[in-house]
Amino acid sequence: MQSTNINHIQLLLKPNVVDVAGQRVCESAQKYLQLNTGKVKSGKIFSVLYDLSSDQISQFSNESLRDPIIHDAYINMLFNDSAYQSYILISKLPGVTDDEGVSAQKALCDLLNIPFDFSAQWIFTQDIYYIENKLSDKQLAQLGEELLGNPLINHFEYGTFDGKIKYIPTVHIESDTTIKTIDIFVDEARLEKLSKELLLALDLKEMAAIQAYFKNESTIAGRKEAGLPELPTDCEMEILAQTWSEHCKHKEFNAIISYKDMETGEEKTIDSLFKTYIYKSTKIIQDRLKEKGNNWLLKIFSDNAGVVRIDDDRVFIWKVETHNSPSALDPYGGALTGIVGVNRDPLGTGIGGGKLLFNTNVLCFGSPYYEGKLLPGQLHPRQIMTGVVKGIEDGGNKSGIPTVNGSVIFDDRFRGKPLVFCGTGAVMQNQYAGVNSWEKPIAAGDRIVMAGGRVGKDGIHGATFSSLEIDEHSPRSAVQIGSPITQKNMSDFMEQAVKLGLIKCSTDNGAGGLSSSIGELATISGGAKIQLDKVPLKYSGLKAWEIFVSESQERMSFVVKPDLIKNLFKMAADFEVELTDIGQFTNSGFLDVRWEDKSIAYLDLEFLHDGVPKKYMEAEWKKPAVREPKLKNNLDYNDILLKLLGSLNICSRESIIRRYDHEVKGKSVIKPLMGVDGFAPQDAAIMRLGFDSYAGIAVSNGILPKFGDIDAYQMSAGSFDEAVRSIIAVGGKLPDPDDADNNFWSVNDNFCVPDSAYNPKSNPDGKYKLAQLVRMNEALFDMSTFFNIPMTSGKDSMKNDFIKEGVKISVPPTILYSMVAKIKDIRKTLTAEFKQTGDLIYLIGKTYDELGGSDFYKLFNEIGANVPVVRKEDAKRIYYKMMEANTRSLLVSAHDLSDGGLAVALAESAFGSELGVSIELPNNGLSINANLFSESHSRFIVSVNPDDKDKFEQLFGNDAELIGKVNESYKVQISKAGKVLIDLDNDVLLNAWRSGLVF
Amino acid sequence: MKDVKGLVVTGFGINCEEEMAAANRLAGAKADIVHLSEVFNERTSIHDYDILNFPGGFSFGDDLGSAKVLGNKFRFKRMASGKLFLDELKKFLNEGKYMIGVCNGFQALVKMGFLPNASGNFEQEATITHNSSGKFEDRWVTCCVNPDSKTPFIKDIITLDMPVRHGEGKLIFKDEATRQIIIDKNLNCMSYAGKNGQPTTEYPQNPNGSELNCAGLCDPSGQVFGLMPHPEAFLSVYNHPNWGKKKRQNPNMSDEGDGLKIFKNIVNHIKENS
Repeated sequence: MQSTNINHIQLLLKPNVVDVAGQRVCESAQKYLQLNTGKVKSGKIFSVLYDLSSDQISQFSNESLRDPIIHDAYINMLFNDSAYQSYILISKLPGVTDDEGVSAQKALCDLLNIPFDFSAQWIFTQDIYYIENKLSDKQLAQLGEELLGNPLINHFEYGTFDGKIKYIPTVHIESDTTIKTIDIFVDEARLEKLSKELLLALDLKEMAAIQAYFKNESTIAGRKEAGLPELPTDCEMEILAQTWSEHCKHKEFNAIISYKDMETGEEKTIDSLFKTYIYKSTKIIQDRLKEKGNNWLLKIFSDNAGVVRIDDDRVFIWKVETHNSPSALDPYGGALTGIVGVNRDPLGTGIGGGKLLFNTNVLCFGSPYYEGKLLPGQLHPRQIMTGVVKGIEDGGNKSGIPTVNGSVIFDDRFRGKPLVFCGTGAVMQNQYAGVNSWEKPIAAGDRIVMAGGRVGKDGIHGATFSSLEIDEHSPRSAVQIGSPITQKNMSDFMEQAVKLGLIKCSTDNGAGGLSSSIGELATISGGAKIQLDKVPLKYSGLKAWEIFVSESQERMSFVVKPDLIKNLFKMAADFEVELTDIGQFTNSGFLDVRWEDKSIAYLDLEFLHDGVPKKYMEAEWKKPAVREPKLKNNLDYNDILLKLLGSLNICSRESIIRRYDHEVKGKSVIKPLMGVDGFAPQDAAIMRLGFDSYAGIAVSNGILPKFGDIDAYQMSAGSFDEAVRSIIAVGGKLPDPDDADNNFWSVNDNFCVPDSAYNPKSNPDGKYKLAQLVRMNEALFDMSTFFNIPMTSGKDSMKNDFIKEGVKISVPPTILYSMVAKIKDIRKTLTAEFKQTGDLIYLIGKTYDELGGSDFYKLFNEIGANVPVVRKEDAKRIYYKMMEANTRSLLVSAHDLSDGGLAVALAESAFGSELGVSIELPNNGLSINANLFSESHSRFIVSVNPDDKDKFEQLFGNDAELIGKVNESYKVQISKAGKVLIDLDNDVLLNAWRSGLVF
Repeated sequence: MKDVKGLVVTGFGINCEEEMAAANRLAGAKADIVHLSEVFNERTSIHDYDILNFPGGFSFGDDLGSAKVLGNKFRFKRMASGKLFLDELKKFLNEGKYMIGVCNGFQALVKMGFLPNASGNFEQEATITHNSSGKFEDRWVTCCVNPDSKTPFIKDIITLDMPVRHGEGKLIFKDEATRQIIIDKNLNCMSYAGKNGQPTTEYPQNPNGSELNCAGLCDPSGQVFGLMPHPEAFLSVYNHPNWGKKKRQNPNMSDEGDGLKIFKNIVNHIKENS
């Protein structure tokens, strides 16, 4: 229905309506780019490529697009006024998601009462900004590329507006879609070259293994029978490259590592970090649980997410992923796709269709105030931060999923590649129509149905796509922008379809697209046959292999019994979800891909999944040379506390948190900020599971990359402890194999490390980096088996380096533990803020001289040597006392001690109330610096009703020390041996804390 | 006393249907969550219900402006039998029944002319657009009730804490005359309030810069009520950001959230008048 006749409809705010968007552009241009724009007028243009009469166009404009109260509409005569000397027009590049265009198209269908057509986009939207001042082309380009858009996804026109727009992002591809064979029967040098040329990212050993497979006689015979040439097709090479990618096969986490400890001389060989530490620790815990007849660990490290049992009726599903590289290229699209992508993991676990309960996000950026040089293609950390935050905002808010927990870490080593961790938890019925919901049964004969968005060139070869191959009408493939609304419709549909038993099971089409999702499901039934020509496309001209590996978003694959296809499709139409039957599962042992009646790929599943050769890697641990600094005496502690509170890693995250809806679903109990005016930060989130009971969950995270420079083991152990103690602080309970009440914990581990493969030239310290990774894993094993807290799923991201012009910016080795624990009764949970004058304040847990890596040392540009050490036996004893105290209602508030130590924790707890505190530091032989700012683990400050003093002290004994009282002073006062160290009004503290990160 | 039945519509990006249904049920009504396509295909009739709930969400991603596409769908949609859905909504009101719209549902009711509907001819008299702050914000606000408003939804309420969660919550009236009628008829039934419980223009207590500091509107009959804040997100006292202090001061406090009052009001009103 696409017409060559183009109508433009422009909407502008009436002169008497405040142009908030225009004002924001004006302010931000001044603030971030030092550009004086003068007045800015914003507008929206709809380019309609559909045959409509002029009456219909004006009706569409008036009824469907224009808001009569605030808009003036211009049809085919765009607004132009000499009062504005410059303009910028921002269009999306061809193939980039344009949800507004699609919604406008839906609105037009509603107006004309015609059905919606999924097959073509014929309304495109563009943003226009009229700028009062005359800006140079260079300034306008800067405004467009650094503030309003991104050249990777946007087309810009600027200068002086002549009233016309020329650009429409329609997609035209001229490409040869015939199936080709790849000659891999060549020598080693040419094999390596071939891998590079085709962007396969396979090394020589892997290429040789593929060559050997195709030279094998039984392969040759089988291919002959299937009607395929001896040489692999382009589609087959792409399938192998996808399936054998680091992303899908975790080759480094499964490598054989020889590890040498240069301190002790100890040497060992580790056959797979994953099997040795991660999987094994969970298996040990599972066995302990089973031994006691207690099995809440239902699914670990298989499927899209881990599954644990909540009760007899429900299971909990939980997955955390990273989306780092895409977020470095297009922060908004990268983070948005990160969120809606990880939503599909719980959605596609087991039978699927679980109800998404919450999102989390942990973000690591360079300083938004970074003033150094940027490399070509490197975005400013501020631009990355604002884009990522907006992506998380839209991903959660538009899907109606509350974003309840998160963290933001700043370190300039994240300025090359940010880390963007996105997580989603979901609740699923225990059974659908008598079948266990978390299982994935597939039999030969079941149909393969693709659902959701259509397929385009999105995400093919991701970031390796060369810009040289791009002309102005090639669709964008390196970056993808998610469409939350498309996915929301699909998840609504799935929820109903699984309840009616129409879907046998489901999976996500994420990385690697259909190739990966169907390739994996095929291992269950033992084969699959796919008709690739049936897959619906966004635009024509895609090669077969591109269709198979495309990572176009908002897609799921369903396994459906043939007799239920008709009912499923009928229901999908009601939900405006597009379904396509693209093939069937078999038990042939082969992945069999067809284009019409021609076979284009025929691969042995066993070779496809188990044929990848093992990697060998080397690791060498040597303690870094670090020392404790000497600081001057007589520090001004008022000044230091204010500086700490205002520092990037401690200051309030309010300007981020409030952009995320953390209340939708009405189940949030402890939110990121609480207290009288909503200022007090909390340690973990608490959510109810339903409106009919008070059962709930706690959600926390632990991430401390700052300690990794001293010792990666303690960094990992400390991060684990941080996540655990956060849940203890809000009233959670440690798991107990003897407890038959499904008191589950479920953890996702996410490793993000720099390139750790040794190379004398390009990565000379690779062995040390790999040793850090080994030590992070050792800590994971030690902590999880000690506390019986299992990993249920996880992810590793191995090459977080940004390399341009010979400069390499590498992230510090980082591990994130994302934890969820069951809460029996959310009414028994605890918030962090002080609540009542007269309540007693105790410090729980022992403080050590552990300022190494602390935020306090960072104020003096020091790292130090005394990294906080996790003493897990002490930690466990203290956590059991905290649990007991809370059961007996002896605690009024609890806050864990972390960044900034005791002084910061006290200030934070004071923020929530209109109260103050007076504190006397204990006489424990430690320096004032250590007492105030040490970041020793496993500690809390709690407040206690004075009526409960005796009971409380009896319970805690030496593990708690009375340090002060809540009072009405509205001040934080801290002294030692009668000498006042800190005496500040809450308002002053609050102002410093709330001013550190405002945007 | 009859059973009161609430219909909670969903689909196309509406996302507060679960808590809206819970609010109806906890207030003593029966509630069904039904996809709009079921209604348009006439497999469910709105006339089988007493309360029509339009929940919050991001219908159609709020593309083209908040609830614009949804509001238009309600105006133009022909149902399976060819009847105009809009006529069914009018008929529903003619039978003396009640509608509540929250956030995106409120935006739809305003854009399709059901609120404030001062003229009675279902034409758009106001709009709801981008907050003065220029951003989406989730924060708790205090609202005060116009004591002269006659809608039963807010009977006996003086002030009420609720979360707002929107980027487009600023109410703008068509012109000065409309604004005056709204004041005269007390259709501005709920306002953002400061700590003293009185209407305020101060940010962030007034989170979006609405004209008349307006957080909610009703129509002249009082049957249609809509508001930007979310009463259905405050069904339990444990939703309130300051529940910890409240509990320390009163360990025996009720578990019920104040947002439930609105739903109890309407359910009880229907029961009493049936």
